[in-house]
Amino acid sequence: MNMMSNKEVGFADLLKNGKTLKQYRDEILARTKETGCYDGLKTLALRDRDPIKYEKLFSKLRGGLVHARETAKKIAASPIVEQEGELCFTLYNAVGDCILTSTGIIIHCGTMGAAIKYMCENNWEANPGIADGDMFTNNDCAIGNVHPCDIQTIVPVFHEGRLISWVGGVTHVIDTGAVTPGSMNTGQTSRFGDGYMITCRKTGVNDTCLRDWLHESQRSIRTPKYWILDEKTRIAGCHMIRELVHEVIAADGVADYEAFCQEVIEEGRLGLIMRIKDMCIPGVYRKVAFVDVPYAHEDVGVSSKCAKLDSILHSPVEMTIYKDGKWRLSFEGASRWGWHTFNAHHVAFTSGLWVAMCQTLVPTQRINDGAYFATEMHLPKGTWCNPDDRRTGHAYAWHFLVSGWSALWRGLSQSYYSRGYLEETNAGNANTSNWLQGGGINQDGEIHAVNSFEASSCGTGACALKDGLNHAAAIWNPEGDMGDIEIWEMAEPLLYLGRNVKANSGGYGKYRGGCGFETLRMVWNSQDWSMFFMGNGYMNSDWGLMGGYPSATGYRFEAHKTGLERRIANGEAIPLGADLDPTAKVYEQSIDATAVVKRDQQCITTEECYANHDLYLNYLRGGPGFGDPLTRDTKAIESDLNQKFLLVEFARKVYGAVVTQDAKGVYHVDAEKTKARRVEIRKERIARSVPTREWMKEERTRIVNKHASQAVQHMYATSHALSEKWATKFRTFWDLPADWAVKEDELGIPSYGSKFRMDLSLLPDVRTVVQVEE
Amino acid sequence: MTTYTQEQVNNMVAGTLDWDTTFRMLSMPKDAGRFAMYLHTLQANVTFPDKIVLPLSPHMYIVQSVKTKKWIVKCDCGHEFCGYKENWKLFANIYVRDNAEAMAEVYPKFMAPDTNWQVYREYYCPSCGVMHDVEAPVPWYPVIHDFEPDIDTFYKEWVQMPMPERAA
Repeated sequence: MNMMSNKEVGFADLLKNGKTLKQYRDEILARTKETGCYDGLKTLALRDRDPIKYEKLFSKLRGGLVHARETAKKIAASPIVEQEGELCFTLYNAVGDCILTSTGIIIHCGTMGAAIKYMCENNWEANPGIADGDMFTNNDCAIGNVHPCDIQTIVPVFHEGRLISWVGGVTHVIDTGAVTPGSMNTGQTSRFGDGYMITCRKTGVNDTCLRDWLHESQRSIRTPKYWILDEKTRIAGCHMIRELVHEVIAADGVADYEAFCQEVIEEGRLGLIMRIKDMCIPGVYRKVAFVDVPYAHEDVGVSSKCAKLDSILHSPVEMTIYKDGKWRLSFEGASRWGWHTFNAHHVAFTSGLWVAMCQTLVPTQRINDGAYFATEMHLPKGTWCNPDDRRTGHAYAWHFLVSGWSALWRGLSQSYYSRGYLEETNAGNANTSNWLQGGGINQDGEIHAVNSFEASSCGTGACALKDGLNHAAAIWNPEGDMGDIEIWEMAEPLLYLGRNVKANSGGYGKYRGGCGFETLRMVWNSQDWSMFFMGNGYMNSDWGLMGGYPSATGYRFEAHKTGLERRIANGEAIPLGADLDPTAKVYEQSIDATAVVKRDQQCITTEECYANHDLYLNYLRGGPGFGDPLTRDTKAIESDLNQKFLLVEFARKVYGAVVTQDAKGVYHVDAEKTKARRVEIRKERIARSVPTREWMKEERTRIVNKHASQAVQHMYATSHALSEKWATKFRTFWDLPADWAVKEDELGIPSYGSKFRMDLSLLPDVRTVVQVEE
Repeated sequence: MTTYTQEQVNNMVAGTLDWDTTFRMLSMPKDAGRFAMYLHTLQANVTFPDKIVLPLSPHMYIVQSVKTKKWIVKCDCGHEFCGYKENWKLFANIYVRDNAEAMAEVYPKFMAPDTNWQVYREYYCPSCGVMHDVEAPVPWYPVIHDFEPDIDTFYKEWVQMPMPERAA
C-alpha cells in the first residue's frame, strides 16, 4: 500500500510528538481552560522540587534577554533605537506564549507572540516551512502588531531537531515607506497607506538574510541605512538569545528548561492574582477616556474624502475585581474604528496593557503571558481597539492606546488609595505627544525621514504623596529617554533654539502633574523638507484624580517666511527658549511681521512644506494632577513660580495663591493671605455651582435637542451602533425615550464603514487568532 | 514582611514622609497591616465621631453613622452625601466649564480643551466647597459612578478585619 510521507502531506512534526503546532497549542489552551491553570499546571513541580535551580534558570534567561538588548542596540544607528531604547527581545515557548522578556518596549511580548501563534494556526510549518536557522519578519497590524514601524524578527530555536522555543526581537524603525515620511503617520486613511507590510515572511535561512528580502525591503522605505542596521540589531539579539538557550540546556538539561518555560507562565498568572489581592479592593470600577480625531481641518490633507470629518475616540472601562483576585476588563461601549491611523489590534491593546501594569500593579521582571491568562478581557468586535475590517490603518495607534489605558490606571489608583497605598496612587500619564515627524532631503543630501522621540520623556501623573515627575517618562517605554540634543541635530536637519520645561502643562492639584517640555526647532540645511504634528489638541486624554485637574491640552506653533536667515546675519533678535505663555506670542516678536504663523490647537496635521529657517515647536505634554489644588502647599507653588513651571495668573486663579514679586523678580507666596483667599474661593465655588440633579435637567434638554458638536454626536453614534447595551445605559441614565438615538446618517457627514465591513478572517485560507472575548 | 510605624503612616497621609521610607514602600512587598494603620490615622484626623469604613478620596469617606449605624458617604467637613451604594456625585454641587471663558480661568489659551469637544465638570461639597473630583468628558456623558467596592469581601476575606456593623 502506498503511503504519503509527512513531507508529502505537509506535516513537519517539528515537536517530534506527532502533533502539529496548532494541535499542541489547542491542547495547552484546553488544559488551561479546564483547570484554570496555565497548561493544566496545578503545581509547579520544578520550582517546588528545586527552587534554587528554578531561580537560576530565571536569572540566566532574563539576564540574557536584557544583555542581548543592551548589546544589540549598539549596532543600530537610529537614535530611536540606540538613544531611546525602542527595542525589545522576548523568549517564547513552542506555541508562542511568552516566557520572559527584556526591558524596553515590552508591549511586544504579546505582539510577537501573536505572530508566532498566527504561524502555528496557519500551518507555517508546512509552507513556507520552519527550520533551524530560519528567520521570519513581521509587522502586520492585522494580526497583532501595534503599528507598522515595529519590525519584528522571529527565530525558531531547535534542540536536537525538535522545536522548543522561539525568540523575537523588535525595533521601532524610523520609516516604513508609508504615504508620508516618519515612522508613525497621519496622511493615510487605511492599511493601504500605512507602508511596507510584512506578514510572518520567511526572510532568512541558515542564519542568512535572503537577498530578495534585502533588496526589496531597503527600497520600500526611505531610510535604508537605518533600516539595515536595525535589522542587524534584531538578528544579533535573537541569535545571542538562541545561543543562550542552547547553553542553558547544556548546563541544566532540556527537560528542566522546558518545565521552566511552562511553569514560569503559570507563576506569572498566580503572581498577578496575588498582587491584586495584596494591593486592591474587590468591586467594580468605572472610568473613561477620550481623544480627538480632528480630520475636518484644512491642514489634514488626506486622499480620501470619507475621512474628512471630526470625531472622538471613546474608551470606557468597567474593571471588576473578583473575590478570587482575578479581574475582568470590559470596554463595552467603545467607539468604532475609523478612517485614520489610530486603530489598534486587540493584541496591541491587551499586550500593551502589561507595559502599563508593569509600572503600577505588577512591577516585576517576570513579565510574561501569565498575567494575560489571569485576565478576562472584553473588547467588543468593531471597536477602535478590535477592528472588524481588514482595511484599518494603525500607524499612529498610540494616539489613543496611551489614553485608553489611562482610565484603567485611574481605576487601580482608586483601589490603592482606598487601601492606604498612597505611594502607588497615581493620576496617570501624559498623552505622549507631540510627535515631530517628517522628511525630505537632509543635511547630508540624502532622502531622509525623522521621528523625534522626545515624546519618550513627558510629564508623569501626580501621586497621592508627591508631584509627578517633570519631562521624565512615557508609558510605552519604562526606560524612555528624551535623547541628547547633539544626537538629534545629527539625525535631523533641525537646529535647537530652545529646550525648556513647559509651564502650566502639568495638571494642577494638591500634587501637580509633572510638566512636559518644549523644544523650538529651526529647519536648517535641508531641501524639499516637510513636517507634521501629531498629538491631542482640542481635548486632553488624561484626567486628574480625586479633585486634581487634567493636564493641559496640546497646541501647535509653526512659522514660515520668518526672515531668520537675514536676522541671524544681521545679529538681530531671534526666538530663543520657551514659549512661556502661548497667549503672549513671544516668538512672533522676533520674526518678520510678514511671517506666516500657525498657532492653534490643530495638533493633527499632514505634511506641510518647510523651508530652511522655518520654525517648529515640539511641545511634549504634562501629566495630570491629584487632589484639590486649594490644598497645595504654598511653598510648592512658590517653587513652581520661580522655576517657571507655573504662570502667576494661574497660581492666583487655580491655587488661590496670594503672590508678590520682589525687586529681583523672585516670587513669594503669602501663606496666611493665601489661606484666607482659599476660604473665599470655596465660597465662590458653592455660589457658582448647582446641585448635580438640577444641572442634569438642563443637560437632558440639550441631549433631547441634539445640541452638541458633530464630533461629539459622531462618537455617540458609533458607540451606540456597536453596543445596544451601552446605548440602553445611556438612555436610562438620561431618562430618554426608548426610541431616542443618534445615528451617523443624520449627521450630514460621510459614514463609510458604518454598515459594511469585512474582517480579515473572511479572506480565504486565513485563520485569525482571537485572544479576547469579543 | 515589611512593616511601618504608625508615625510613618501618619506622615504618609500628611505628605511629609521622608523619601527613603517612601522608596521602601514602593520597592518592597506590601505591608498587610497598612489598611488598619491607615484607618487609624484618618480617624484621628477627622472631627466627626462616625467610624471610617473605607476612604474614597482625600476628603471623602464611607463611614458608619454613629447614630444609625448606616453606611453613608461623608465629606470630612461633616456633610453627608448619600448611602454608600449610591453615586455621591448626584448629591454634590456641580460647576461645568463649558465655554472658553470658563476654561480660561484654568489654563492659558491654546492649552485648555475646546468646549465643543470636551467640558470639565467640577464636583464640590455643597457645605465646604472642597473639590472632590473633576470629570473631563464630552458633553452629554452620564455622570460616572466610579467605584462600587465589595467591602464585605474586602474586610472578611482579604484583610480579615472585623467589619463595622451596617444597618439596613
